[in-house]
Amino acid sequence: MPKTQPDAYQEFFKGLWRENPVFAQVLGMCPMLAVTNSAVNGMAMGLATFFVLVASSLLVALLKRWIPRQVRISSFIIIIATFVTVTDYSLQALVPAIHKELGAFIPLIVANCLILGRQEAFASRQPARLALMDALGMATGFLFALVALGSVREILGEGALFGVDLFGPNFEPWVIMILPPGGFLTLGLLLLFFSWLAERRQKLAERLAEMEVEGS
Amino acid sequence: MSGGSEKALKTPGCANSEPSSTRLVATLSIAGLLSGLIIVSVYEATLPTITAYQAKVLREAVFKVLPEIDHIQRLVYVDGGLTPKDTEDPEEEAVFGGYDAAGELVGYAIPSAGPGFQDTIRLLYGYVPSERLVTGMEILESRETPGLGDKIYKDLEFVGEFERLAIDPEILAVKKGTSTAPNEVDAITGATISSKAVVRILNEGNRRWLSKLPAASGQPPAKRRAVPEPEVSATTPHEAAAPSAAPNTDPQQPAGSWPLEAGG
Amino acid sequence: MKHRDPKLLVQPGPLLKQPLTTSMAMRDVLIALAPATLAGIWMFGLGALLVLLACIGGAVLTEWAFLPADERRDQLGNGSALVTGLLLGLTLPPALPLWMAFLGGVVSIGLGKIIWGGLGYNLFNPALVGRAFLLAAFPVAMTTWSAQTGSADFFQVPASNLAAPLMHVDYDGVTSATPLGLMKFQQESTALWDLMIGKTSGCIGETSGLLLILGGLFLAFRRDLDWRIPVSILAAVAAFSSLLFLIDAERYPGPLFSIFSGGLLIGAFYMATDPVSSPLTPRGAWIFGIGIGLLVVLIRVFGGFPEGVMYAILLMNAATPLIDRYTQPRVFGKGLKSPQGGQE
Repeated sequence: MPKTQPDAYQEFFKGLWRENPVFAQVLGMCPMLAVTNSAVNGMAMGLATFFVLVASSLLVALLKRWIPRQVRISSFIIIIATFVTVTDYSLQALVPAIHKELGAFIPLIVANCLILGRQEAFASRQPARLALMDALGMATGFLFALVALGSVREILGEGALFGVDLFGPNFEPWVIMILPPGGFLTLGLLLLFFSWLAERRQKLAERLAEMEVEGS
Repeated sequence: MSGGSEKALKTPGCANSEPSSTRLVATLSIAGLLSGLIIVSVYEATLPTITAYQAKVLREAVFKVLPEIDHIQRLVYVDGGLTPKDTEDPEEEAVFGGYDAAGELVGYAIPSAGPGFQDTIRLLYGYVPSERLVTGMEILESRETPGLGDKIYKDLEFVGEFERLAIDPEILAVKKGTSTAPNEVDAITGATISSKAVVRILNEGNRRWLSKLPAASGQPPAKRRAVPEPEVSATTPHEAAAPSAAPNTDPQQPAGSWPLEAGG
Repeated sequence: MKHRDPKLLVQPGPLLKQPLTTSMAMRDVLIALAPATLAGIWMFGLGALLVLLACIGGAVLTEWAFLPADERRDQLGNGSALVTGLLLGLTLPPALPLWMAFLGGVVSIGLGKIIWGGLGYNLFNPALVGRAFLLAAFPVAMTTWSAQTGSADFFQVPASNLAAPLMHVDYDGVTSATPLGLMKFQQESTALWDLMIGKTSGCIGETSGLLLILGGLFLAFRRDLDWRIPVSILAAVAAFSSLLFLIDAERYPGPLFSIFSGGLLIGAFYMATDPVSSPLTPRGAWIFGIGIGLLVVLIRVFGGFPEGVMYAILLMNAATPLIDRYTQPRVFGKGLKSPQGGQE
């Protein structure tokens, strides 16, 4: 990353790729594996987590002055749980079909270590502006990962993407992809793919650096 | 960076960072209180939509499993008889009565549940006592294997098996293409366990309910029992309809009686 | 060959027994499987041959694609990918779409072998990993059993074989349940002689019991496999199914039916004996085999599936490191068991 970029942008972009919560930090695996049997479900879960993470990061960053250190984790959890419950009821009222699919996993956002991790590691130590950018970046990265996983599984498992049929009636669905093992398989292959990309990029950077040294 | 607060968080040595326990308790209490307030207000705001949706889903299912009905009434089994009651109470055993435009009872929609291949299957089925037939089945909730077990509601041929299905002596699931008797259902190839589970759940529902259901009768029981609930009578249409004495086709029950354990 | 010493008991490995051991063992396996393979192709027609070729193609291509360029010659030359592909193909239904068979080959090598670090490091039998994947992904296609075609329409390839990639075409010929399926769902037994010579429907290579035993004996004679494993598996299946048969002969099949039906023979002789994924010590081999036999009977009789050989072997594969660890022989001169685990 060039040094000229302002801090806030860096905080945002690191969550998308370099410190992606799923592909780099391997956090939040429970919802990741459990609800991504279709792209829509992945997106719904990603958006729910997005809202909770951004809202609680902002609130924690704003309130940190008044939160004593000794009870900070409990306070974070109360804040997170409030937003999760609000999300739960709102989804149930607004999009009951999706709420039915996601089922028990919406309340479990509370236990998503990604969210608590961001509060403890970032929001409670940084000014609100940076905390907001960090949360936005991490949440977008998480959303991206969930949709990627959900898309792969839905395409292979149902022959569709976001409910739109892709291959016609003769498509043979890969049943395993919508079942739990499909989640593990796809996640493993995606992790493999992204670390392969990262490794390639690193090698390229090293070679470039070598060339620079030789050139100078 | 807001230096002051950050220092307080990071350095435990500060005088600032050793607050009294009163302050800790107070902080958490206030946080909990605020959180509770927010949750309660959101709950209150969303509750009507949520319950309305759930009721709508259930109503639609009732209309699907009972043919040619005009309106329905939730009936609760209390003290050996069926009483109309609209408010939900999970403790109660309830069925839905379906009535035609003239207010005649067509049949009952009976909810039942039991273990499937993966998890509990909850379903609703229509039952017409005058003919002793199941008229339709609708899965309300299931987690059967996608692509196989979920055919119990995605395979319309299988769902169609439950239209005009005899219940005596018991519903049976047989291998696909081999059903001959009116009480036999073609199981789904590759999902025998789920198909058999559905049939078992229906039989279970019959065992539990048939003895409690009064035979076909023209009136919602509200008329006979004269439950003075204005709310209920408002939602129970055709009060003015003449009490038509539908012929009781159940041989075991005298017409017009409200048996406790007879029939079935 | 010239260093072969049949009296030398090699344990617990991995001590070099003979030169070029992998490729020679693989060649022996191919020879041993040849009769059953040819019989399968003869009985199920050209479609079966295509399924086998698709599996082998998928396996070999994957091996080629993922190996570093300088290892390709060596690793492909030893024929292990070829054997994996063939074994996978033999356990597939003859009318399976070719693209599924190809995918099975890819998964076998990719998820069954390469990802663990290549030959010698895999925990599970690669062919069975591929088969387990296919069964979980395409349960209907994997349990559609075509009836035997006979020699008359040998060249007729079922339309379902030729389905376009990702698509399916319903099988157009006569389907018939396997002996185990008949047993499980209709309580119908099959004549023993038909089971032995393979006049039943089933996977391409699992039907002809006698030819499989013949090949297995050849491998045992050549010391390419540990005879304890097939013997203990078959003995355990015979013992447990006899026990059940004695309890209720109406409901449970007899021991001979249990041994000759389904994939038990091909599993016992060619898959469970995979030297990489089976225990190294003789005592371990007995435990391994008895465990497989018990699981096979349990799954067949009480499970939801009619056949359980694949899962039984995979489960015991998973237990292999533990078995190795607890059956380590004492180090000479020491009273205690070696603290080392069963690492390669």
